[in-house]
Amino acid sequence: MNALVNSFRRIQAVASKEVRQLRRDRLTGGMIVGIPLFQILIFGYGINFDVRNLRAGYVDYAHTSASRALIGDLQASQVVQFVAQASGPHELRQMLAAGKISAGVYIPPDFERRRIEGDRPIAQLFVDGTEPGVEGALRGLANLPLRLRAADTTSPPRTLEVLTEYNPEHRTAVQIVPALIGVILTMTMVIFTAIALVRERERGNLELLITTPVRSAELMIGKLAPYVIVGLIQTTIVLATGVFLFDVPINGSVWQLYIGASLFIAATLSLGLLISTVARTQFQAMQLGFFTMLPSILLSGFLFPFDGMPKAAQWLAQALPLTHFNQIVRGIVLRGADLIELRQPILKLTAFLVVAVSLAALRFRKRLG
Amino acid sequence: MGTTQAEPAIVARDLTKRFGKVVAVDHVSLEIPRAQIYGFLGPNGSGKSTTIRMFCGLLNPASGAIRVLGHDVPRESEALRSKIGYMTQRFSLWDDLTVLENLHFIANVFTLQRSHAQRRIESTLEEYRLRELANRLAGAMSGGQRQRLALAAATLHEPEMLMLDEPTSAVDPQSRRDFWESLFALVARGTTILVSTHYMDEAERCHRLAILSQGRVVAEGEPEHLMDELPLHVVEIKTGDVEKARRALQQLPAVRSLAQLGMKLHVLVDRQVADARSAVRAALSKAGVAAEVAETRASLEDVFVAATLGEPEAAT
Repeated sequence: MNALVNSFRRIQAVASKEVRQLRRDRLTGGMIVGIPLFQILIFGYGINFDVRNLRAGYVDYAHTSASRALIGDLQASQVVQFVAQASGPHELRQMLAAGKISAGVYIPPDFERRRIEGDRPIAQLFVDGTEPGVEGALRGLANLPLRLRAADTTSPPRTLEVLTEYNPEHRTAVQIVPALIGVILTMTMVIFTAIALVRERERGNLELLITTPVRSAELMIGKLAPYVIVGLIQTTIVLATGVFLFDVPINGSVWQLYIGASLFIAATLSLGLLISTVARTQFQAMQLGFFTMLPSILLSGFLFPFDGMPKAAQWLAQALPLTHFNQIVRGIVLRGADLIELRQPILKLTAFLVVAVSLAALRFRKRLG
Repeated sequence: MGTTQAEPAIVARDLTKRFGKVVAVDHVSLEIPRAQIYGFLGPNGSGKSTTIRMFCGLLNPASGAIRVLGHDVPRESEALRSKIGYMTQRFSLWDDLTVLENLHFIANVFTLQRSHAQRRIESTLEEYRLRELANRLAGAMSGGQRQRLALAAATLHEPEMLMLDEPTSAVDPQSRRDFWESLFALVARGTTILVSTHYMDEAERCHRLAILSQGRVVAEGEPEHLMDELPLHVVEIKTGDVEKARRALQQLPAVRSLAQLGMKLHVLVDRQVADARSAVRAALSKAGVAAEVAETRASLEDVFVAATLGEPEAAT
């Protein structure tokens, strides 16, 4: 019992020292609040999957009222905005190559005949395939019911009706903001903790700590505990901004979200801890932190649909805590799911935590070499 | 505790440590008596720090046995933690904490009783003249002040043994003097102190010392005894032409070492030469150098030079 009290006191000593240092370090303190706030503003306003107003040019060899109506309909879709008229398909291609336009519409001279015969496409759409998202948006244009005006045939029956659940207005912020919690925590938690531990080694503090009665586990718990609080503060900042600024609905339970977030924070901290046992300098810790960050952002389903990735990438993504947290956070916030329904990502996240902590504990010895 | 008072504070047997191919500590055997200041004298890279780190349980020896205060190290080093205080070569308290915060942290980490901790902090602030600096950030203090803080922190839990790794390397002469006064005060209260240094004057203040060179103990004993028992003649020469005298004596096979001190030459001569003074005088007059020649008592530096002479590198 006495040993437990002493152990708790040592953990408390390490934790309050850490908090004190954190408070004294104005820049890091500012980053705790500043980073999530800036990220959510940048991502929330900046990322938009709903592609609109792509610059476009056209060539109209038909010059009929129907061809003009086609251009008008395309413009009305808001997907494209016509900014140039070319003299021929060749010039259209040049404009595309120069990057002046992202799409070009070519209306051939036999436009009217094609309309009436109805067995060939009535016009062509040139698309710049170099930018992600553009092609998909323009392919959608081809399926717009424009033929209604073009041909006198009745519109072909639509095979499927799409009902977008949980985000009927197709707002990107709704998709982005909840997942942003995980992205921001990954960015800050891993690097903060890795550096906090490596700094003590670099400055020689560790050599002194090793000769005191502090045990490795006490040291680790004491150093990481304050960052759990930091992580929960950041979660709150992102969530509050999402709700108030971007009208993101929270359909599930908030406290279940915080349980999920705490688990995720623990997982990212353990990753930081693991990095700190490998890195010898703060610079190395930073590099390793960034090294884990980019795959997290790209492979976790934050930006790109998980199911669309190659199998190998999906396997790799399984090893990233952010992948599982994104499922948890989107499940709770948007789909109103509960932790029981989300037990699979919860279990995977727990498995990550256990493995990372065990590896770190194996590597972290109270010895210098 | 199983610690008998008769047992020395530290007993090391055949202690060896390698870093890759380099042998940092080479079969060191030592006994460090209690309630004394024991010195490690040696140049950088002689294995002083590595040996101290092994005594603290910071490094695992490649082979050999260590007992510190009755505990086998490194096996029982956790049990030893509260009995030893360690001061690192580099300041290793927290620059971004104040003096008081650093001391409170150490008190908590050693889980001193709250009221006792408060008393200890008060008395160390007093003893190491840190009272006015109590709320100063450690990073904003001078070398001497930081060193006082480091000693205060290392002694806060009243350890039976202090291990100090080159504690005065970044400190001015006055602070060094004060520091040694503090060490003697601690010894008077029964603390055993192991201190490493490369200063001769500091080594001379130790009750006992070991001279380390290239990982081995090349001389060991009380400084007085080491100086008295030096198996060499120490001859001092006062002359107007030091350079010429030096050239003349370099020819003499019995001369083991020559060092210039201003207008003087300090010469170590083999014991096999019965009358060193006459031999030196003869060599000088043969070369036509007028000089006063006298045999003097060996200094610790002579002991150090003689002890490291036998080394293959030093012999060249």
